[in-house]
Amino acid sequence: MSDFNFEEALIRLEEVVNKLENEELSLDESLKIFEEGINLYRLCSKELNEAEKKISLIIQEDGEFKKIPFKHEDE
Amino acid sequence: MQIRALSVSEVNQYIKRILTGDPILAHIHVKGEISNYNPHSSGHMYFTLKDKSGRISCVMFRSNCERLKFVPGEGMNLICKGYISIYERGGQYQLYVNDMEPAGMGALYMAYQQLKERLEKEGIFDVKHKKPIPYIPKKIAVITSPTGAAVRDIISIILRRFPGAELYIFPVSVQGEIAVPSIIDAIKMCNDFSDIDVAIVGRGGGSIEELWAFNEEEVARAIFNSDIPIVSAVGHETDFTIADFVADLRAATPSAAAELVVPNIIEIKEYMNSLEKRLLYSIDVKTNTLRQRLSLTENNHFFKYPLNPIYEKQQYIDDLVQKLNKSLKTKKEFKEKHLMHIGERLNALSPLSIFSRGYSIVRDENEKIIKSIEQVEKDQVLNIGLIDGKIDCKVIKYAKEARTIV
Repeated sequence: MSDFNFEEALIRLEEVVNKLENEELSLDESLKIFEEGINLYRLCSKELNEAEKKISLIIQEDGEFKKIPFKHEDE
Repeated sequence: MQIRALSVSEVNQYIKRILTGDPILAHIHVKGEISNYNPHSSGHMYFTLKDKSGRISCVMFRSNCERLKFVPGEGMNLICKGYISIYERGGQYQLYVNDMEPAGMGALYMAYQQLKERLEKEGIFDVKHKKPIPYIPKKIAVITSPTGAAVRDIISIILRRFPGAELYIFPVSVQGEIAVPSIIDAIKMCNDFSDIDVAIVGRGGGSIEELWAFNEEEVARAIFNSDIPIVSAVGHETDFTIADFVADLRAATPSAAAELVVPNIIEIKEYMNSLEKRLLYSIDVKTNTLRQRLSLTENNHFFKYPLNPIYEKQQYIDDLVQKLNKSLKTKKEFKEKHLMHIGERLNALSPLSIFSRGYSIVRDENEKIIKSIEQVEKDQVLNIGLIDGKIDCKVIKYAKEARTIV
């Protein structure tokens, strides 16, 4: 995964929304910040939808990690 | 024989001498449950030790009390160390306690208290050491027994809340002799493993003995030294272990840990959608406001008819041109009239006008105008000029007359 930090992005998105709602910005600034907000929203959505479910059991043998698929009872 | 009557004090003193002289009673360990626990404001402690069928009064003086690691409480099973003597004023024998320790479960409790106190003093429970738990951890380690109810609960709750989570189960023994080393190893392993964002360390409920591994100093230090934030999840809500104090976040139960570690994706999505709505709404409001302001200025007369001033100027120019044309025309007409007048005058003077009245001009061969009969002779060829042509003719006859008017 990239260095994208969901929480930071979400916090920035909140900031952008508050700024847009509360501050007297020029149209230019508004559009710029709006664009940033939409981008953040898209990145966050992507991040949420991209995560991939995996359950593994990790054991160590001879100093090496081994991943064993973990069967979960609900499955 | 008469027996000498002893005073009460003498009896008590005598008994005291016997009791304190006894090697067993002078160094005695007494096991029992505390009742009538009464810590006095003087700092001395008065209580009764009892078992099923008996009781014994006890006192522990302040200097000894101060050395105790734990606070005794009603119902606690203790082993009290001291000697038996008599309180002469009350005529009552009692156990003078120098030291005490909890019996059975109490000993673990005391150990727990001691360790807790020591680690607390060391500062390893301090909030400043607590690492933040990531809002959305991608990779979650679960350090617990792979077979218990705890792992099952954790997995199903995490997947319900955040279906995309990656879970790495580090199987450990959570009780028994190898529990401590296996938990420590797993904590180290998950730190060596790649990119784990948060680890849940714990187990389901059990007796204090079963939970004991989580009260061991080595486990506490392994948790403290972990670079990965650790959420403790040991036993039930009422169980507080050392691991709970040292962990970056304490979850009351394994299920609670699962709830704390991942957010509910539905809630996040709803929240994000609300942010998106606000974003769209506020840019809409902003542009609408600007649009309105723009339309206000658009309706301003000047902006609505921006060419009008120019048109007005053009109109003025047109007026001028018209005036100019008019005056030119007048001038021209005047000139024309003048010219016509002159022409008429000129015309009046023209000899041609005489021709048009029927007069003609007679010339001789030399183009000399004949004005008098004297200038002609018989058979002379003369030329008569009329208004529209010439006649060559011969003089047949001529006669002089007095002024002839035709």
